[in-house]
Amino acid sequence: MMHLADSAPVTNNLLGSEADSQRTMYPYVTGTSVIGIKYKDGILFAADMGGSYGSTLRYKSVERLKSVGKHSVIGASGEISDFQEIMRYLDELILYDNMWDDGNSLGPKQVHNYLTRVMYNRRNMFNPLWNSLVLGGIKNGQKYLGTVSMIGVNYEDDHVATGFGNHLARPILRDEWHENLTYEEGVKLLEKCMRVLLYRDRSAVNKLQIAKITDEGFTLSEPYSLKTFWDFNAFNNPTLGAEGSW
Amino acid sequence: MFRNQYDTDVTTWSPAGRLFQVEYAMEAVKQGSAAIGLRSKTHVVLASVNKASSELSSHQKKIFKVDDHIGVAIAGLTADGRVLSRYMRNECINYSYTYESPLPVGRLVVQLADKAQVCTQRSWKRPYGVGLLVGGLDESGAHLYYNCPSGNYFEYQAFAIGSRSQAAKTYLERKFESFMDSSRENLIKDALFALRETLQGEKMTSSICTISILGAGEAFHVLDQETVQRLINEFEIVGEEPPADEAAAPDAEAAAEAATEGAAPDQGAAPMDI
Repeated sequence: MMHLADSAPVTNNLLGSEADSQRTMYPYVTGTSVIGIKYKDGILFAADMGGSYGSTLRYKSVERLKSVGKHSVIGASGEISDFQEIMRYLDELILYDNMWDDGNSLGPKQVHNYLTRVMYNRRNMFNPLWNSLVLGGIKNGQKYLGTVSMIGVNYEDDHVATGFGNHLARPILRDEWHENLTYEEGVKLLEKCMRVLLYRDRSAVNKLQIAKITDEGFTLSEPYSLKTFWDFNAFNNPTLGAEGSW
Repeated sequence: MFRNQYDTDVTTWSPAGRLFQVEYAMEAVKQGSAAIGLRSKTHVVLASVNKASSELSSHQKKIFKVDDHIGVAIAGLTADGRVLSRYMRNECINYSYTYESPLPVGRLVVQLADKAQVCTQRSWKRPYGVGLLVGGLDESGAHLYYNCPSGNYFEYQAFAIGSRSQAAKTYLERKFESFMDSSRENLIKDALFALRETLQGEKMTSSICTISILGAGEAFHVLDQETVQRLINEFEIVGEEPPADEAAAPDAEAAAEAATEGAAPDQGAAPMDI
């Protein structure tokens, strides 16, 4: 696992949590990139279904995209158990919101802000929820897409991503995203980004889901795989030119 | 109401199933100077009479801004009203901070009512002696609520509380059906007319009343004295009768209508608030 030097137990309480063993120091089972884009009718998300255990691609059916209430979707990368904790917070939030039964409901902007508060407060206590989250949705025709990190950094944009997605997917999106993408165009764009991530991100697995949220509601696709191409000369004859190798 | 052996504690029921302390608290609301609220689909107007305890003193503030989208007018123990306004402001600002969104009025009003209810069920507390007219705007439109010391709350198209509020209520009962589609200006005019009813012949000037408004695209604010005086003059010049028909015509020029009416105004005393 991670090679963090085990320090002597901290004796002062200035750093928050009573027992150090209760604080998140490093993640164990992690998810990799999530990508979200606005499109004509709402928001589209893509995330693979991998749960890595360090360098081992251990779990291959982890759902990292979930709906939140009627109007929002959340995608998480990072520690899966912390994501499950966040889902408990959100489910409770939505439950109390529904219990008012008064015609008002929390939209994606409100949920995003609530999450920002939670993440930032945990960071201040030196006990973060080790996630990078993508939060998006649509309410009364108004589209919203944002992201929050484990240190509380948050912003909105027309397309967002976590982790490696920021480095590999967003440049593609900056060039090729435009308003009024159709559903098909949106999915194609997401798949293009996911394919690059599959080739280049070692924690990526070839089993992904696409989530969509519109004024009509939430849909989550069945898991599927991307076609990849490996028939390159350099791969067919990998040792060509490497004297002494076989 | 007369003293009886069940009215010492708020936690004592009377044999008839009444809590006299709570009812006495509602009496305190009736003693305060009048406050009026009316609402349309898009706006809420809150108005109050400024009663000063003596000529030498200033009058008490009875209308409070709670947030850009919520205002409250009070009648009764203004000190209690101030404290509850502070509570409401706090709730709004905390909600805004967490959710980057305005707190829906309906929810604030329920929280306020629950807070008032607590005081009707603790032997070491007393009910709040103030009635609150809460006006606000949220996703589902403009709303006006009345919060009672009893912990009950009701939604209204228009309402009046405080001393001589019955006069205003009688006026409002006549006109309220047109309020939903009323224009902003006509809503304010109706508030002024309703307020005038509670003055019972006293000269109406901008120094004796406070008008506030909130609406779609318009943050809650109190109208300045100049504007209020101008509005008072506008309909005073025209005649004593308020505009006859407001339902169809938006911003109908009241002058044209009153000129054709020419009826002598009824200056008889409005029914006393018992």
